[in-house]
Amino acid sequence: MNKIRPYGDTQNDGKIQLSFTLPADAGPETKEAARRFAQKMGLKEVDVVYMQDLGEGFSFFVVYAKSENSVDLDKIEVAKVETETMTYYEINNFIKEKIGRKINVVGACTGFDAHTVGLDAIMNMKGYAGEYGLERYPEINAYNLGSQVPNEDLIKKGLEVNADAILVSQVVTQKGVHINNLTELVELLEAEKLRERFLLIVGGPRISHDLALELGFDAGFGSGTTPPDVASYIVQKIAEEQR
Amino acid sequence: MNEKIDVDKTKVEKCRKASSEIADGIQGYIDNNTTTSVERTVLRLLGINGVDEQDIPLPNVVVDHVLKDGELNRGIAFWVGNAVLELDISPQEVAEAVSAGEISLTELPLHDSAEVKNKTEYYAEKMIKKIQKNNLKRREMQKKFPPGPKPWLYVIVATGNIYEDLKQAKAAAKEGADIVAVIRSTAQSLLDYVPYGATTEGFGGTYATQENFRIMREGLDEAIKETGHYVQLVNYCSGLSMPEIAAMGALERLDMMLNDAMYGILFRDINMERTFIDQYFSRMINAYADIIINTGEDNYLTTADAVEEAHTVLASEFINEELAFRSGLKAEQMGLGHAFEMNPEIEDGFLMEIAQAQLIRQIFPDAPLKYMPPTKFMDGNIFRGHLQDGMFNLASIMTDQGIQLLGMLTEAIHTPFIQDRALSIENAKYIFNNARHLSDEIVFKKDGKIQKRADEVLDETLKMLQQISNKGLIKAVEEGMFADISRLKNGGKGAEGVIKKSKDYYNPLMEIIKEELRLNE
Repeated sequence: MNKIRPYGDTQNDGKIQLSFTLPADAGPETKEAARRFAQKMGLKEVDVVYMQDLGEGFSFFVVYAKSENSVDLDKIEVAKVETETMTYYEINNFIKEKIGRKINVVGACTGFDAHTVGLDAIMNMKGYAGEYGLERYPEINAYNLGSQVPNEDLIKKGLEVNADAILVSQVVTQKGVHINNLTELVELLEAEKLRERFLLIVGGPRISHDLALELGFDAGFGSGTTPPDVASYIVQKIAEEQR
Repeated sequence: MNEKIDVDKTKVEKCRKASSEIADGIQGYIDNNTTTSVERTVLRLLGINGVDEQDIPLPNVVVDHVLKDGELNRGIAFWVGNAVLELDISPQEVAEAVSAGEISLTELPLHDSAEVKNKTEYYAEKMIKKIQKNNLKRREMQKKFPPGPKPWLYVIVATGNIYEDLKQAKAAAKEGADIVAVIRSTAQSLLDYVPYGATTEGFGGTYATQENFRIMREGLDEAIKETGHYVQLVNYCSGLSMPEIAAMGALERLDMMLNDAMYGILFRDINMERTFIDQYFSRMINAYADIIINTGEDNYLTTADAVEEAHTVLASEFINEELAFRSGLKAEQMGLGHAFEMNPEIEDGFLMEIAQAQLIRQIFPDAPLKYMPPTKFMDGNIFRGHLQDGMFNLASIMTDQGIQLLGMLTEAIHTPFIQDRALSIENAKYIFNNARHLSDEIVFKKDGKIQKRADEVLDETLKMLQQISNKGLIKAVEEGMFADISRLKNGGKGAEGVIKKSKDYYNPLMEIIKEELRLNE
């Protein structure tokens, strides 16, 4: 057992901060409403430290409070990508030695998503956070299809270049649009009996490995992922399958 | 404006000369061709609006009708004008008759082209007058309710629902925003038509429709009267329907438009020729409607590295400036874009940001520069993010930027909550007020890091522009010289909408606006 709760400045004090807006003009009643709202969340010793009128019948609050809840850290299991991240050079050597051929990777922002920043971080030559992108890897043929690519086109390209892995980037999550895009891709692949043909990987700031598995992907990568994280996963999985 | 760094005037002149040669290289395509979207724009500016039973906009119905008959190369205005003359009804009634399948424009008896032109110009002048009236109204309102000092605070709303957008926009105006942009639904740039009517659903934004423009303008005008300062309304004049959106903006008195000469090619994979032709006419309309355009160089830096590729931003600004001049835009209407996107972990990164901002400031002294906030290195740590936005605001006030798109602490998490926007307005107001005249006090060291960095960027820019000038803009884009993205001349969406003009091509709106902007001289 390893029960924990938030830490402010003393072990087990349960202190948290939160901020939110209420749809009412600022005033003593709205401030009290903010306090009671936090209480209803189960918080104790609620302190509304700041109130600001935002105009048009809205007011903003900063609240400190404590919680008496705790969670047992030992009982928690989270799905995560288990492969070990290698360096650029290790990955290329790994491909040469363990796979023995160049590998093909296709990536796209699917649906109407026009935000390529994540896809580019992983695929573009220059990469991200000091790490080269997949296009720079001599042992990887990387095809960056860019933004707003229909799922059908992505699959077509995957077949055309005999892709080992398909990367999908999803940034826009408004109204769950990313879930629809991702589900559609899996369904299309399954309908064509192609699901097992590719390693299917999704990335994005709101993506977790857990969510990816739930949607029928092989892996999911969230914010802070660098190109070697993704490349290491791909090459190790391919090597595993070849065995 | 004081000159804080030395900028080599001879090199700047050479950059402008190269840009002019670059623009010469594509002017031929622009002059010899029209597009379906340009023709739809002509119809909108002859007063045609509305949709058919299947929600297809009437400008599309009419243009497609003539396109199918292979006669669009003469210009849609001729065919509609001919029908107006023959049937003695208005252009709108002509469009409705075409939509109902009652008439075929190319099969009506042909009238004398001088008479047709006479008739068509009567309707064109009506819409031109409407734009003039809007310009006058804007000037009057800005006199009565003056805009705040620069840098102007620019915020976005993006709920997908125009009525929800309006609520948030009014709240932002009351908190001190000078500019409100309604982000478009993420799919709209690839629509080869403009949706119709008020809309309440969209993804990552709200559809640009003429009715949405009107609703927002009306609501903001109310807020202007309450707050006593003018609030500028912005939308996105880009994508496959670029010139139509310019026309709608002119008719509904928008104040600013995102309007880049190459953005669509690079970031939306829209065909090059199509984009060059569309941007030319759309910018002409923006020029005539006194609209400030915002160019999109900031986007380069979300793909390419801000330290290594700083010169590509400046090079693109020179090209955008030259193309904008050719459409009749004045320097004061050019919100040339750039961004605060260097990795925050770089030692002296802030100095390089200042160098870039100050260099651009001095090269384009009259342009209201559009400065975009950090996005690439915003990762969910809202507390550091709020500080990065503060550094961005400080860089802006130190270098006299014009249009400050406020960074949001929740960048990369969600479209802004109402409090995110309020916090970022507060951040900018605090820094701009607290350091209002800092810029007047500063001159940078002659042999300092900032001066050296600015020199390097200008040198690289000149080299790049001369290279582009030698090989031509189209080849340069094909080779991926901008934003590391390569696009092919015949590739991209919307290529089928480019039509070679016939010798008797007729576009009364382009003729009138060219005349008024003195572009023929």
